[in-house]
Amino acid sequence: MALTRWIRRNLVVLAGLGTLAYLLLPNVVVLVFSFNKPNGRFNYAWQRFSTDAWTHPCGVADLCGSLSLSLKIAVWATIGATVLGTMIAFALARYRFRARPAVNSLIFLPMAMPEVVMAASLATLFLNMGVGFGFWTILIAHIMFCLSFVVTAVKARVMSMDPRLEQAAQDLYASPAQTFARVTLPIAAPGIAAGALLSFALSFDDFIITNFNAGSTVTFPMFVWGSAQRGTPVQINVIGTAMFAVAVVCVLVGQLVGARRKRS
Amino acid sequence: MSVSRRAARTPLRENAVRKRLVPYWLLLPGILWLLVFFAAPLVYQASTSVQTGSLEEGFKVTWHFSTYWDALSAYYPQFLRSVLYAATATVLCLLLGYPLAYLIAFRAGRWRNLLMILVIAPFFTSFLIRTLAWKTILSDGGPVVGALGSLHVLDVTAHLGITEGQRVLATPLAVVCGLTYNFLPFMILPLYTSLERIDGRLHEAAGDLYARPVTTFRKVTFPLSMPGVVAGTLLTFIPAAGDYINAELLGSTDQKMIGNVVQSQFLRVLDYPTAAALSFILMAAILAMVTVYIRTSGTEDLV
Repeated sequence: MALTRWIRRNLVVLAGLGTLAYLLLPNVVVLVFSFNKPNGRFNYAWQRFSTDAWTHPCGVADLCGSLSLSLKIAVWATIGATVLGTMIAFALARYRFRARPAVNSLIFLPMAMPEVVMAASLATLFLNMGVGFGFWTILIAHIMFCLSFVVTAVKARVMSMDPRLEQAAQDLYASPAQTFARVTLPIAAPGIAAGALLSFALSFDDFIITNFNAGSTVTFPMFVWGSAQRGTPVQINVIGTAMFAVAVVCVLVGQLVGARRKRS
Repeated sequence: MSVSRRAARTPLRENAVRKRLVPYWLLLPGILWLLVFFAAPLVYQASTSVQTGSLEEGFKVTWHFSTYWDALSAYYPQFLRSVLYAATATVLCLLLGYPLAYLIAFRAGRWRNLLMILVIAPFFTSFLIRTLAWKTILSDGGPVVGALGSLHVLDVTAHLGITEGQRVLATPLAVVCGLTYNFLPFMILPLYTSLERIDGRLHEAAGDLYARPVTTFRKVTFPLSMPGVVAGTLLTFIPAAGDYINAELLGSTDQKMIGNVVQSQFLRVLDYPTAAALSFILMAAILAMVTVYIRTSGTEDLV
């Protein structure tokens, strides 16, 4: 009786934790199977414990090359999308002008469009313009789909900021450039950082749009996709686990820094 | 507003004009990028869908509208399957995601940040790697299939036609499971955002008025979280309907969705008009469904 009462009272907690387990289960499997020594080409069944893959993470041809290519594209796409997106966000949050509704819908549409549709149409354009697929077409596509997410993140932050802070700076004889650098930018920074982080993750992980616009260039997700047919090396699990660990550490550090700043 | 007022105060008219142009200069590069690499390709795609020809001879616009009809009559099973799978995954995401979003928003206390991190962190591991992990989890003779089999769940699901024999991989169940898994964070985050905004005192007030927890949820919490529900279902349904990764990795040829068809028409068959027509039909179908959904759910301010 007591047990059923307890379960009934904590039903939400139990269901929520169940969902969390569902979300994290693949990560656990990826971690465990990074220590596997598979018999054949496919790393789907547990054979025996080994740390080989961890000591030779680049032991598979093309894997680390595709990884560094993806990192390079993600960095450039993040820079491009963050700069362009922040400018649009400031224009939308700070100014009233006639084209605002049109601009807002142009920003919203790429987020509401299935990726295949965007991917196929951009590839059709490149194909007909005779542009060779490769690094540049991937970068152009990535900046295109990351842009809207940056605008949304930065706009939310700038909208919630008190315009009187900037007026105060101007009243204290700060030049517009000084006001921007010393007041506006620091306040908008968390929004810009969130947008940049999101673009990095989206670009690094994108498969669908890249698959249509990469030609024979192989990014990391495309390497993983190809390896699913040819036989997945254990090293993929190593990299998946390392990415998860780096992400968790980054977010934890960010939280600690944020908490300390709030206290001081 | 303050900006324009300050501009009006400056004596030089030239300065005022320059200030009025500031937003346009800020917008120019980014909007140009979207127009050239997002909007123009869609227009171009529309013209491709009414072209005929071949890769060797080149394609010409011949206003060949029957490509649409041919594509639709050849691939309507994949269309229907996409809508069905995506809708099922969306409902499952809502059912699974709501308790977790609720838990983080109201019951987590000092664990809130940690739980949030655990929801977001999988985002940063390659989703293809995580989807491949489901192949291991659901593998034939694996623990999940073993447990479901011994509980006779697989007999029931096989009877319903969502699994086959004693296996889960390469069945509709596996594909829907993968879709649900992959898009779950897109449901949880908007749900959490809208739940977090709800004033906790409303719950107390409902309790003071002798509402049972279930009644409080039904009459107070859920209606107030509707913006999150609408945003979450859209963010889940739209990408799920166009996805081809889950069907490819976890399904078989019997579970192909429309994304798989577009992909193979474009990248393997090189039949660009058909690929263009198919992606336009997908876009139109989604647009129509989303419009109806937003109308009926009554939050038109969303779009």
